[in-house]
Amino acid sequence: MADNKYLVGVFDDEDEVLHAVGEVRHSGVKIHEVYTPFAIHGLDRALGYDRPRMGIAAFLFGITGTCCALLLTFWTMGIDWPINVGGKNFFPWPTNVPIIFELTVLLASFGMSFTFFVMEGMGPTAKPVIFDVRSTDDKFIMAIDLSKNKLSELEITDILKESGASEVNVKEV
Amino acid sequence: MHVVSPIREKLVLNGKSYHDITEDISRHVEAKPTKEWKVAFGISVLVLLYGTAWVCWTWWEGLGVWGLNKTVGWAWDITNFVWWVGIGHAGTLISAVLLLFRQKWRTSINRAAEAMTIFAVICAASFIVMHMGRPWLAYFALPLPNTFGSLWVNFNSPLVWDVFAISTYFSVSCLFWYIGMIPDLATIRDRATGMRKKVYGALAIGWTGGAKSWARYEDISLILAGLSTPLVLSVHTIVSFDFATSVIPGWHTTIFPPYFVAGAIFSGFAMVQNLMLVTRVVYKLEDYVTLDHISLMNKIITLTGSVVGIAYITEFFIAAYSGVEYEKYAFINRATGPLWWSYAAMMTCNVLSPQLFWFESIRRNIVVSFVMAVVVNIGMWFERFVIIVTSLHRDYLPSSWTYFTPRLGDISDYIFSFGFFFTAFFLFSKFLPVINMAEVKSVLKSSSEKYPEKIKKKA
Repeated sequence: MADNKYLVGVFDDEDEVLHAVGEVRHSGVKIHEVYTPFAIHGLDRALGYDRPRMGIAAFLFGITGTCCALLLTFWTMGIDWPINVGGKNFFPWPTNVPIIFELTVLLASFGMSFTFFVMEGMGPTAKPVIFDVRSTDDKFIMAIDLSKNKLSELEITDILKESGASEVNVKEV
Repeated sequence: MHVVSPIREKLVLNGKSYHDITEDISRHVEAKPTKEWKVAFGISVLVLLYGTAWVCWTWWEGLGVWGLNKTVGWAWDITNFVWWVGIGHAGTLISAVLLLFRQKWRTSINRAAEAMTIFAVICAASFIVMHMGRPWLAYFALPLPNTFGSLWVNFNSPLVWDVFAISTYFSVSCLFWYIGMIPDLATIRDRATGMRKKVYGALAIGWTGGAKSWARYEDISLILAGLSTPLVLSVHTIVSFDFATSVIPGWHTTIFPPYFVAGAIFSGFAMVQNLMLVTRVVYKLEDYVTLDHISLMNKIITLTGSVVGIAYITEFFIAAYSGVEYEKYAFINRATGPLWWSYAAMMTCNVLSPQLFWFESIRRNIVVSFVMAVVVNIGMWFERFVIIVTSLHRDYLPSSWTYFTPRLGDISDYIFSFGFFFTAFFLFSKFLPVINMAEVKSVLKSSSEKYPEKIKKKA
C-alpha cells in the first residue's frame, strides 16, 4: 500500500470537536474519521454517516433462533419421539416458549455482535491504524487524508487551527 | 452546548478531567499487585482449594456427604444455586435496565457488577453440576439425539428450560461484559508497552474509537440492553418454575416469578453494594463511587425488599384464602414449625431491616450500608432455604416427616463457591479496569462540577 499522508487535528473537548466537524466540512475538507475516547452523540450525524443498522442483523439472527428452536422442539417432541403425557397434545406450544425465547435472544445477541466485529474488521490479530494514542485517553482526534483533498496541507492546517484544534500533526500511514 | 441543572447530583467528584479518569482506573491494572491484594487473593485461593477438595470428595463418595434424606431431597445445594443465580441478576440489571432508563449513575458500577454476575452464575451452575452427582453425565441435560441415550430431553420440563435459560444468560452476560470492556482495553493497550501491549491489544481486537465504530457500538449496546432486559427477567422466572410447576404445597404458587425476580434484584444489589464499598476504598475510587451512588443502591434495595415483603404476606393470605388444607398447613408450619427460626431470620433480614433506609442518614452511612447488604444476603439465603426445606420436610405422609441438619459436606461445598467467587473477583479487579472509563468520561460533562463551569466561562 502506498504511503498516505494524514493531517491529524487534536481537540481537547467533546463540544469543540463536534462543532469543528461542522466547520471543517463546511470549508470543503473531507474528513477521514474522528477518533474519540468515548461515544459523542450526534458526531456520526455531523460527519454525515448513515444511521447504524445493527438492528437488522439482530432481527435476522433472532428470527433464525426462533425458527431453530421451533424446529428443534417440534421435531423432537412431536415427530421423532412423541411422548404421551396424560393423553395431552404431543406438541403443546406454550411449554416451548422458554426455549424459543432463549434461543432467539442467544442468536440475536451473538449474531449481531459478530456481525459488528466482521463489519469493523475486528479480531485478536487486527492491526489498527492509531493516529494518536491519546485518542483512547483524553483527546479527540480528527484525521484528514491529504491525498483525498484538493486543498493544500497548509490551508487545511489553518482550517483545523481556526476551528479549535490545539495541535495539528502530520502522520504517514 | 451542555446545559446542566444546578440541582443535578454530581456523579464524579473533585473536578476530575478525562485524563484523571484514565489514570485513576488504569493505575491498578498497570501497577504491580499490592501486598493487601496478594494477602486477600492468597486467602481466597486457599478457601477455593479447601472447597475444591470437598467438591471432589462429594463426587467421589456421592451425595451422602450432604445432610439430605429421603424426605428432604433438596436443601443447601438448591438453596445455594438459587441464591447465587439471584445475586447474578444485578450486573445485567444495572447495565441493561438502567441503560434503558438512562440512569447515568450506572456507569461507575456496571463493570464490577457485570463481572460479579458472571462469577455468581458460575457458582450457581457449580451447584447444579455437584447435585448431578455424576458430573461426567452432565451432557444428558443437552438436547442430544438418541445415540447418546434412549430419548431426547423432555422440553416440557422446567429443568430443561433452566439449562437453556442459564446458559443463554451466562453467554449473553459474558458478551455484554466483554463488549462493554473493548474501549477500555484499547485505552490500556495504548498506554502499555511490551508484553502487556500485546495481550491487551489482542483483547481489544483492534478498537480505534472511530466515530463510525462508536455509532455502531452504541447501537449494539442499546439492542443488547433491550435483549438482556427480558432475558434477565426470564432467568429467575424460569428458576421459579422449577418450584411453581410442581405440586408441592408451598411451591405451587403463581406469584413465584415476579417474587423471585424481585428477590434476585434485592440480593444482587446487596452483593454489588458489598463489593463496591470495599473496592472504592481499596482502589481509592471514592470520587467515582460516591455517597450518592451508595444511597441510590440503598433505595433500590429498600424498594425490592418491600416488594419481597409484600410477596411473603400475599403468599400467606392466598394460602389461607385457597381453602386447601395442605397449602394452609405448609405456611403455618413455615412460620411456627420446627424451622420457625429460618422463617424469622428471613422476615427480619429481608422485610424489616431494609426499612431503616427510609432515613437519609442511614442510607448514606457506609458502615451501616455494608452491614445491611450482608444482612440482606443472609436473609435471601434463608428465603430460599425456607421455601425449599420447610415445604419438603413435612410432606403428605406424616410418617415421613423429618428435620434437616446440614453436614460438613453441605457447608464445605458452600464454602467452595465463596472461594471461587472471590478468587475470580480478585483476578478481575487486578487485571481488568474495574470502572467503565469510556462511559464515565461520557457522563463527565453533565455530572461533574468542573465542566459546566468551564463552558460558562467560555460563553
